Parts: sequence; C-alpha cells; structure tokens
Amino acid sequence: MTDAGAREIMLDIENVSLSFGGVKAITDISFDIRKGEVRAIIGPNGAGKTSMLNVINGVYRPQKGTITFKGRVRRNIQPYQAAKSGIARTFQNVALFKGMSTLDNIMSGRSLRMHRNFFWQLIHVGPARDEEIAHRRKVEEIIDFLEIQHIRKVPVGKLPYGLQKRVELGRALAMEPELLLLDEPMAGMNLEEKEDMSRFILDVNHEFGTTIALIEHDMGVVMDLSDRVVVLDYGRKIADGTPSEVKSDRAVIDAYLGVARQEAR
Amino acid sequence: MFYREAGQFKSSYATDQAIFPLLQDRIGFFTILAIAFIAVPLLADDFILDAIAIPFLILTLATIGLNVLTGYAGQLSLGTGGFMGVGAYACYKLTTAFPDVNIILLILLSGVFSAGVGLVFGLPSLRIKGLYLVVTTLAAQFFLEWCFIRIGWLYNYNVSGAIDSPERSLAGGLVLTGPNADSVTRYLVVLAIVAVMTLLVKNLIRGRIGRSWMMIRDMDIAAELMGVRPLVAKLSAFAVSSYICGVAGAMFVFFYLGSVEPSAFSITLSFQILFMVIIGGLGSLIGCYFGAAFIWILPIFLRNALPAIGIDIGAENIVHLTSMIVGVLIILFLILEPHGLARLWQLGKEKLRVWPFPYA
Repeated sequence: MTDAGAREIMLDIENVSLSFGGVKAITDISFDIRKGEVRAIIGPNGAGKTSMLNVINGVYRPQKGTITFKGRVRRNIQPYQAAKSGIARTFQNVALFKGMSTLDNIMSGRSLRMHRNFFWQLIHVGPARDEEIAHRRKVEEIIDFLEIQHIRKVPVGKLPYGLQKRVELGRALAMEPELLLLDEPMAGMNLEEKEDMSRFILDVNHEFGTTIALIEHDMGVVMDLSDRVVVLDYGRKIADGTPSEVKSDRAVIDAYLGVARQEAR
Repeated sequence: MFYREAGQFKSSYATDQAIFPLLQDRIGFFTILAIAFIAVPLLADDFILDAIAIPFLILTLATIGLNVLTGYAGQLSLGTGGFMGVGAYACYKLTTAFPDVNIILLILLSGVFSAGVGLVFGLPSLRIKGLYLVVTTLAAQFFLEWCFIRIGWLYNYNVSGAIDSPERSLAGGLVLTGPNADSVTRYLVVLAIVAVMTLLVKNLIRGRIGRSWMMIRDMDIAAELMGVRPLVAKLSAFAVSSYICGVAGAMFVFFYLGSVEPSAFSITLSFQILFMVIIGGLGSLIGCYFGAAFIWILPIFLRNALPAIGIDIGAENIVHLTSMIVGVLIILFLILEPHGLARLWQLGKEKLRVWPFPYA
C-alpha cells in the first residue's frame, strides 16, 4: 500500500458510456487504475460495476468514451484480444469449466502461452510434451500458492463453493496477467474463507506485482485491501479516492444509506 | 484390493500425465491390445470378424469422431452419416482415379475432403447453438445424401448408383480390399488404423487444443476471456471430427460393406452413431468403444443367444425381439446413468479401488 498516486497509469477510462437499448448501464464514467495498486469498485446493486469490468475486458463495447491500456487506446476489442494484452478476470457467479479437473481448469489459463501447433499436439512427443510439462510446473506453483494440492485431480463441479472461487482465482493467475479483475471474489463466503481469500489477493498483489481491480460488497474487506476506491451509483461515478476519503464522502453515505430528505424533517 | 494405486508414486510430471498412470490400467490395456492384435485374428472365424469385429471398430471410430464434436467441443451434430459418406465417396473417386496409390493412404487422405465439408457446415456454429445447430447439421445430412444420389460423377455414372470397393493390394501382393480380401487382413488394417487414431485423438484432447474445446463446451464466455478464439476452437473441432468420420466412412465401404448405395449414409446412420456417443458417454474415449459395442454387438449377441438357450421363436420374431430388448436396455441405462457406460466404468473402478470396503 504505497503511494498509489505516484505510479504510472495502467488503465485509463475516459468518459465511458454504455447502454442497452434505452437502459443506461454506465453514464460518462472516468477513472484510472495505476500500476501495482489494488483498486476497488464499489456501489449498490445495479450500479454498473460488473458492466464496467465487462467493458474493460471487451465483452461489452461502450458507445462513447475511450479506454487506454498500457498507453494504447483500444477500440472495440474482442475478449480474447483483451486476454492477450494481459487482462484476466474472475466472475461473480463462478464460471469454471465444470467438466474439467482443477488441474485442467488452471492449465486452461496457460492456453495463450502454449504455442505448439496441431501436428505436434497430435503426436504429443518432444516439444509438445516438454511444453505441457513446463506449463504443468508453473501451474503446480499456483496450486501450491493457493493451497489446493489435495483437489488437483477432482472435477471442479464436485468442489464446495469456497474452493471453486479459489480455483477460479488460480485459473486467472495462470494467465500471469498484468491486470486482474475480480468480480466479487468473496461473495457468499464465511469469515474464514474471506480471510483466506484476502490473504491470497494481497499476496498476489505484493509477490507478483499484479495490478488488481476488484468489486466487493464487504466494506471491511474493501477498506482493508484497496489502495483506492471508486464508487458507482446508477451508472455514474459518485466518488473516487482513498478508502478513508470515500468512507466520509456525503454522496457515498447517501447512496448506501439513502438520502435524508430535508423537507420531511 | 487388486486395483489399488497405493505405493505407486510419481516423481515427474511426465509420468503423472501419462495416459495410464496406474500399473493395473497399463496391464489391462496391453492385455486388451494383445487380445485384439494376436488372439482375435488367430481364434475368431470369418463371421465374427466380418459381422462383429470389423464393423464394431469402424463404428467406434465414427463414434470417436462425433464425440470429439459433441462430447468434447459441445456442438451437437446429426450430420455424421453425411460426413462419413463424403469420406467414402472421396476415397472411391481417388482410388478409381489413381488405382496405383496405396489404398490406406487414400483412405487417410479422403478424410481431408470430409474435414473440408465439415468445416463449411461448421460455420453456422459460430452464431447458433444447441438444437438450432442440430437443424443446420441436419441440412448438411440431407444435402450430402442428395449429392450422393444425384451427382453421377461421384459414383462414376454407375448404372446401379452404388459404389463398389475395387480390388486393391499392397506392393507385396497382399490383397487389402475387394471381394478377394482376407477377413483377417482387413481386420488387422482396420484395427491398426482405429488404434492409432484413438491414440492421436487422446493426445489432442489432453493438450492445449482439447482443453480449448472443453473450455468452449463448458463456459464459452470464460473461454473467450482466457484467450480462446471461438472461431478457431469450434471450426477445428468440426474439422477434426469430420476427418475422423470421413476415414471411418471410407473404411465402412472398403473394409466392411464392399459395396454401398447412398442410403447407407442416411440419417439412420447419424442417429445410430449419436446413440453410441450418448450410451457410451459424452466426452469419453473409452465410452466410444462401450457405446459402439452396446449398439452393434448386443443385438447380434441377443439374436444368437436366444436360440442358443432354447428359446426358438422364429427368425423374424427374433429380430423384433432384439430391437425391443435393446430399446428397453437403452432406456434403462439412460435412467440409471445418464452419463453413459463410461461413467459406470468410472464408478466401478472407484468401487473396486476400496473393495471389499464400502468407502476409503
């Protein structure tokens, strides 16, 4: 948690607007994510947080505004291009590959880094096998890091929810992303699981230097983990700053607790 | 008790990633290989080879082809019969145009034509999914069947409209196809091709490409966000699947039937292969063997077993009775284990692991 303001900007979002037909999901939002920080995006339900992540990794195309990632303005990129440029993410409701084992799920995160062509894969000897083993080694490091050795070969559909979330984080980490988007990584977890997950997120940030943007509803977690917080409400940005600044912001309190109407008193 | 992995430690990722990491599985596998390559040719008579073993292996290969598409990549298809037909007709055209080229080479080459056709009919899968995709593959099936009947060039303007497998032999004079080919020779060639192709498919599935298919199958949006291009993944699945089906179709004519009319590659065949995939187990290679055995061998077995145990009800009745029994068994199996015989096999192995105790 160093001085985030001094670092270079990794992702810059300027005046982005997104609507579905007549429904405005995001209206004129600007904020930035700096290299190496943990950036929280918070807001009440339906504030446009997940839409914002979907805009960042190319699932949705904003009608207006520009997104600059690592100094390059991007226009209408496809999700796989976002993945290629170094953005990984996890999902609000776990989106693991249910039919595959934990190991295969995390291995699938290495897809972009594996380059042996079809014919090498077909015979699976020499370079193709070496590649598979080299990536397996990397994946095992992640498995060790997340302490999920015992479920390595278990199909993920059979795992309890908390572990599924952890495997999903592992799958995103396997991509060795520069920017990691976490959509409610602690939703539905008990206190102990939340503490574990918080520790993993901080470790990822410190050890790998990964920039993290996370959506979370647990304010305690947000205040402890994040360097800076951006607050959305009804698709608009209402506050942006350090956790302590945001916590005392009038608009944020109003958004979360409701507005006390002057004339009613 | 006999199926314990206790004490079998892996000290490298290579051994851990082997196809059969357990010693017992390896023993079982090589026993089956030995039976298939040595015992069956020595002991089996022509009926067993011609009516059971050869078609079983060829249909297994077609099932593997469809399983790649439906079981691994999650794209439903009813065009299997058509794609098999493309392989068969391509091989027929090739071997009549180049009679001197090795027939095995041509069979493997004819799959390429099938893959090309499969690629074209796979294009709609980029926009549509599930049952709607079934409709487009159904269109492929009927269109291809129409081609086999109407385009005379495909069967060299035969009066009969059928294609025959001409006599082709190896350089040494060993007859491989045609009426004079020996059953054992044909069996061994089919077995070798099916075994090698199973291994190659297994290699694909356990590597990056196979994972990309399963990623698309299980959660396409997450797959895309992890760098898998749906276009590449889906079309490669269509191409590989159709290639395998094409080779199976060519072998169907040249090593099994000898002469076929276009109706051999009708929608009935597509359904038959689809049932083999479902009964065997979606997304399982061993399931393909189980499924093909269930649908192909069980009726033949019943047909011969009923008279053997003294129930003689006449030849026509036997045929009807076997279809009824098989039908009931299919329904029973799907109720008991919707994930197919492969899952039952898996559960059986897990039970065997802790036997005689109920749990570990």
